[in-house]
Amino acid sequence: MRRTVFPHKLLPWLLLAPQLAITLIFFYWPAAQAFRQSVLREDPFGLSSKFVGLANFRKVLNDPAYLNAMQVTVVFSVLVAFFAMGIALFLAVQVEKIIRGKGLYRTLMIWPYAVAPAIAGMLWLFMFNPSFGTLAWPLRQLGIAWNPLLNGDQAMALVVAAATWKQISYNFLFFVAGLQAIPKSLLEAAAIDGATKRHAFWTIVFPLLTPTTFFLLVVNTVYALFDTFGIIHAVTSGGPGKSTETLVYKVYNDGFVNLIMGDSAAQSVILMVIVIALTAFQFRFIEKRVHYG
Amino acid sequence: MANIQLNDLRKSYAGQEVIHGITMNISNGEFVVIVGPSGCGKSTLLRMVAGLEGISAGTISIGDRVVNDLEPRERDIAMVFQNYALYPHMSVRENMAYGLKIARMPAAEIDARVAKAAAILELEPYLDRKPRALSGGQRQRVAMGRALVREPAAFLLDEPLSNLDAKLRVQMRLQIKDLHQTTGQTMLYVTHDQVEAMTLADRLIVMNKGVADQIATPHEVYMTPASEFVAGFIGSPAMNIFTVQAEAGVAVLPGGQRLPLSGLPASGEVRLGLRPEDMEIVDAGTPSIPVVLRSVEWLGADAFGYGVIEGSDVLMTLRLPGSTVAARGDRLHVAPAEGRMHLFSKETGKRL
Repeated sequence: MRRTVFPHKLLPWLLLAPQLAITLIFFYWPAAQAFRQSVLREDPFGLSSKFVGLANFRKVLNDPAYLNAMQVTVVFSVLVAFFAMGIALFLAVQVEKIIRGKGLYRTLMIWPYAVAPAIAGMLWLFMFNPSFGTLAWPLRQLGIAWNPLLNGDQAMALVVAAATWKQISYNFLFFVAGLQAIPKSLLEAAAIDGATKRHAFWTIVFPLLTPTTFFLLVVNTVYALFDTFGIIHAVTSGGPGKSTETLVYKVYNDGFVNLIMGDSAAQSVILMVIVIALTAFQFRFIEKRVHYG
Repeated sequence: MANIQLNDLRKSYAGQEVIHGITMNISNGEFVVIVGPSGCGKSTLLRMVAGLEGISAGTISIGDRVVNDLEPRERDIAMVFQNYALYPHMSVRENMAYGLKIARMPAAEIDARVAKAAAILELEPYLDRKPRALSGGQRQRVAMGRALVREPAAFLLDEPLSNLDAKLRVQMRLQIKDLHQTTGQTMLYVTHDQVEAMTLADRLIVMNKGVADQIATPHEVYMTPASEFVAGFIGSPAMNIFTVQAEAGVAVLPGGQRLPLSGLPASGEVRLGLRPEDMEIVDAGTPSIPVVLRSVEWLGADAFGYGVIEGSDVLMTLRLPGSTVAARGDRLHVAPAEGRMHLFSKETGKRL
């Protein structure tokens, strides 16, 4: 490979400076702050603090509420990633079959992505609010005791649905692009080799989509873990009880509502470790099953 | 192994007919080449036989069974694609075994068939490689192997050699010919390359704008082309074809010269076709076509002279012996060799 050598020592640093500044200010500095605060105990008004070592971590990890949040997060993330990818793949495959108006369908499918998380949350809240929700009434007519304000499982279903709905567009876009990259002649060859459409999908299309699927798995996991705060905040605020309180929501709750900065910071640090470990795991083990062209 | 019957086969897209009724009976073990320029419908015709394109009218039978409404997998055919269409995530072995596994063949038999095909195609060292680790020629052989292992009733090949370089193309052409002779399979082969068409085919279908202009052996197609299109398409350099005025056994040439010819209609304009090699140089005094040379390409064994008929701008190509001394500016008098001229209707383009 050819290396570009700058005649100057300063120029490369100047060119990198904007990106470095952004990374330092918006990533490393807050991360360092989180690390610092995670070993301090601070009073709610931020007037005094003292060093407590790993006491915050010990406290957090022994807190049943934290273990609950961990469990909620796992359930929530797995459901959101699974449904968001599964439904998007299904829709992308169906759109491939459309002959007329393909472009229109695709555009319509992409719109939900433009909706802000909080708005998406409100939308689902209005539709399924037990007292005035448009769709709550038909649900009750069907004999379902619909009340996500009291029933934790129903609340979970609602936030999963809202978070999934919003992410489907993004996944759909990537799956459509992935499907288009698969040469039609491969499917024709499979058809002549005797494969039914379903068999060809699982033996040809799906394996060839694995680079897209793997990329989306990483992105969706991160999305479900972090970017769903707005939706949860708008729809359930972590309730009822703590049945929809994810790790990220608990960081916010403990830090900015309950003002226990030390605990909140310790949780942030743990979350960081979890995400790094999860992504490393995905790249180390799942990527082995990916077929890159 | 089976015969294939096409009966008044038609194809339209949105009311626009692109295949205008093709009838042909391909007998068991025959090698038939569909040849024509791009856009003539040759690939469409093959894909209709494969079941990848619907049939608008007419019937296709494979082995006396009408297959119009059958899925590709039910037609008992195998196909080699222009871009090979190998499954990129499978090894060579898996590529070849894919269809057999779907047919739920016992593993031992799959292994045996793959091994046999790999031996014929010299693919044994590559069985565990992925297609991307193979050269163009090797990929082409894997595509052949994938078709071969299925032992289908008929083999369909869609321009299988067009992605190879010239040298490899000649090699693979011979290999395909060999394969046909050893397996005795019915083969239907699409190409735009007339050399492939002439060398491989038992019979040719020369297609022009969705019509089979001629269905005949390569020899017949070359010696007695059924239409002006076929005459111009097959043969290199191309046949010289120009309009002459018939007047009671005499053809008035574009330059005004009069050339007595047999077989002319009593009067009217006809198209006269003369292959570059079918003309003899004669003395200036005899009835002949005077050609003024513009350039001469010497190739060793023979030479090609390019010129115009004197007094016109009708181009003429002549095949000259390698010993020729003709040069630019010379005037040559040529006459059609006995029985080697072709006459076509000016209106329909059909042979007269």
